[in-house]
Amino acid sequence: MGKNPKVIHVEDIVVKFAGDSGDGMQLTGSQFSDTSAFIGNDLSTFPDYPAEIRAPQGTIAGVSGFQVHIGEKEITTPGDQADVLVAMNPAALKANMKWIKNGATIIIDIDHFDNKHYKKAGYVEDPLHDGSMEGYNVVKAPITMLTRDTAKPFGLDQKTADRTRNQFVAGLLYWLFNRDIKLGEDFLSNKFKSKPDLVKANIAVLHAGYNYAETIEALSTTFMVDPVKNKKGLFRNITGNQATAWGLLAAAERADKSLFLGSYPITPATEILQEISSRKHLGAVAFQAEDEIAGISSAIGASFAGRLSATTTSGPGLALKGEAIGLAVITELPLVIVDVQRGGPSTGLPTKTEQSDLMQALYGRSGESPVVVLAASTPANCFDYAFEASKIALEHMTPVILLTDGYLANGSELWNIPSTDNLPKIKPPLVEDNDDTYQPYKRDPEKLNRFWAIPGQEGLRHRVGGLEKEDVTGNVSHDALNHQVMVNLRQQKVDKVVDFIPELQVIGDSEGELLVIGWGGTYGGLVSAVNDMRKEGYGISLAHFNYINPLPKNTAEVLSGFKKKIVCEINMGQFAFYLRSKFQKHEFQQFNKVQGLPFFISELKEKFREILDAK
Amino acid sequence: MSEKIIETGTLSRKDFKLDTPVKWCAGCGAHAVLASIQGTIPETGVRKEDVVFVSGIGCSSRFPYYIDTYGFHSLHGRATAIASGIKTANPNLSVWVITGDGDSMAIGGNHFIHIIRRNINVNIILFNNKIYGLTKGQYSPTTPKGSITKTSPEGTIENSFQPGELAMGAQGTFFARVVDTDPKMMKDVLLKAAQHKGTSVVEVLLNCVIFANEVHKEITGKEVRDDHQVYLKHGEPMIFGKNRDKGIRYNCNKMEVVTIGEDGITEDDILVHDATNPDDSTHYNLVRMGLPEFPVAMGVVRAAESTVFESLMHDQVTNAQKHSKIKTVNDLINSGNVFRIDQKS
Repeated sequence: MGKNPKVIHVEDIVVKFAGDSGDGMQLTGSQFSDTSAFIGNDLSTFPDYPAEIRAPQGTIAGVSGFQVHIGEKEITTPGDQADVLVAMNPAALKANMKWIKNGATIIIDIDHFDNKHYKKAGYVEDPLHDGSMEGYNVVKAPITMLTRDTAKPFGLDQKTADRTRNQFVAGLLYWLFNRDIKLGEDFLSNKFKSKPDLVKANIAVLHAGYNYAETIEALSTTFMVDPVKNKKGLFRNITGNQATAWGLLAAAERADKSLFLGSYPITPATEILQEISSRKHLGAVAFQAEDEIAGISSAIGASFAGRLSATTTSGPGLALKGEAIGLAVITELPLVIVDVQRGGPSTGLPTKTEQSDLMQALYGRSGESPVVVLAASTPANCFDYAFEASKIALEHMTPVILLTDGYLANGSELWNIPSTDNLPKIKPPLVEDNDDTYQPYKRDPEKLNRFWAIPGQEGLRHRVGGLEKEDVTGNVSHDALNHQVMVNLRQQKVDKVVDFIPELQVIGDSEGELLVIGWGGTYGGLVSAVNDMRKEGYGISLAHFNYINPLPKNTAEVLSGFKKKIVCEINMGQFAFYLRSKFQKHEFQQFNKVQGLPFFISELKEKFREILDAK
Repeated sequence: MSEKIIETGTLSRKDFKLDTPVKWCAGCGAHAVLASIQGTIPETGVRKEDVVFVSGIGCSSRFPYYIDTYGFHSLHGRATAIASGIKTANPNLSVWVITGDGDSMAIGGNHFIHIIRRNINVNIILFNNKIYGLTKGQYSPTTPKGSITKTSPEGTIENSFQPGELAMGAQGTFFARVVDTDPKMMKDVLLKAAQHKGTSVVEVLLNCVIFANEVHKEITGKEVRDDHQVYLKHGEPMIFGKNRDKGIRYNCNKMEVVTIGEDGITEDDILVHDATNPDDSTHYNLVRMGLPEFPVAMGVVRAAESTVFESLMHDQVTNAQKHSKIKTVNDLINSGNVFRIDQKS
């Protein structure tokens, strides 16, 4: 058998896997990503899963998705819309029709396209016969039936057999993307290492999918994505949460400290706690606290005791930690607070992304309570900014808030693995035992940090606390003028961090018509949109901020090079508000979206064109 | 992990005194506790530099400013959580928490039960004056029902907590009760608390001269104390009273007070205190005893063995370090699915 399909070489392609939350779509998605990475494609992924663990089967609420964007060109986002959709049931199809391109290939499990499932998905008409699929290449594959037939000889019960359906899909895609099926076999052998029977069954189903694809006429075209250009070296696929955890571990190592994480589980930050919990072999301790407050409080205690300490959370947890962050501010102890932002307020949209904690991070505490605020902008650079947050916290003796978000945390991309030997050493301001010049609030003249004398050290006994302290001596002081001095010092200490951070780099020309401004997790969409439009000849550039407080030194200078400026963020305009307060001469337009979704490149370009074409 | 014990023969109470003025009211019971603790620490054999006092907020929580050790005056209710971090980060430290009935029973109730549940080796000294002192006289979770305070002008309508019941309910391994007017008892008990492996809770019945003066008078008053307190000592019968003729015994699974020499009762009928019994049901009954039916139990009610959180944590760390092939972050980031991309040009 076999046929000779037409092979189309594409620069990039977006594949979306969608099914019930129990269908294994996340696994199939990561399997597809790993294979893509293995053959050298650049990639970006994003899982889209429901807040419920197992919502009612077959309903829209239960649809779990995983989008993968691969390419031979540099990939910066998971893609606006999919070229290939795998829909395991009608609900998955219905939920995703608006997220796929015209003419997309849609692979469905025809065994689940019946009246019962249409009803569950809320379809009134049969979508396969009402004309709504016109213009798409629909592949109606009997996935369930063929999987069951294939799995039968392996003696699996039907439920277990049905769980291997995702491998049928995987096999189909190996063929569709002209990939070596051996890679899939290796993935499965590794994944189910301890269950050889399951490996055999899964591999058989994988082959069944591959063979099915090769045989049917519907797939007359296959895709070929060449290895990425302009990238070379060792890579791995990494999510933002994993990168954040590893950045903290790397910082601890470079500071000759062991890591203490005090956290409480919260979506979408939990994976960081889980990751650190399994890194005891690197000396890390994860303290799963009884609540968010105890999470940060234990971290503050561990910091006092001389560890690199961190706490991880999301918006509602950051609110609970506010009081304790104030304590870390006044005691001037190093502490990293990671806020993986999600849709709010309150419980809001736990599994969806948002950038709406910026004001909370900057100002959400009692009193004059300045902290350093950083924001990661890609899944992989969560590593760099977790490292940087730790470095600043330790060297400047201050709490640092690192903002990531649900999109970065769960999304993944290729990460060019660094050598930790090339990371800078971190040098906290430690004190020698019995240093008789030590005073708790004596400061380093350059950074204005106090020094870190650690319990157990001889001759350095002292007391810290939440009450205002006298300058230098650290004795409790209610003196009016001393309070002013201390408030100023705490502010100046944070302001001085500006001398230790890089300047803002503009992507594109440093002068022009329109400066697009972004911060944090929107980078991928913004840079794609700006680069596309530059190719079209527009005078547009991007300034993307990772350092929020303090802002880079050259920010005013960058702003001055452009006639118009637009601040794009996944909130109602918090960064725009912040910039207006800092740079009052400048006008800032806004582009905001608060739908629990990242920006689409298409909507960004549309907005930028509207501004640039209006003359 | 074992505590570092070194020769400390030269340390005495005055080594732990600071020059800073102590700002508690004259006549406050806290002065006596400070003196007792300053006198006890030299006997624990721990290096001065290895001692850390952590407190929350409230009158009692000013304590770390008055003792010459490392100290952390923290947030209302959070001292136990901060202490958990300190002790887990460095198990070699001798960590003491100073807290009050508002700090530990109200705003810090959650952290209080969880440090006990984990059995982190920290000594919690709970100054129980049954009132909010620093905010000037509102009722606390331990204020007896019906008390008139600034926020209960018609009397409180809330049931009150017994700290000991909470400690037992949270699977506490050490609970003791002392009074601020008995320095010898305080020192004996504090030393035992310091030596216990696990979370020790010492409830100090403390007098607030301003807002709850003589709140414990019925227990601590010179005239009544012998009849109204039973000082529990491990291995000894629970005998009390001016004439040492009263005792506690079980009668059909119910505790009762009996008089030795009456109705054929002899000393042999009196319950012998077993503080180390893993079963805490008697300890639970003992902390619940109250006037007028019973004397109030003093001394170490419970001192049972159990696993200690930070020891197990560090055992896991050591074990993982010994067995994992991944020794550095470089090893970690290069483990698993790593791909080499080579440009074919």
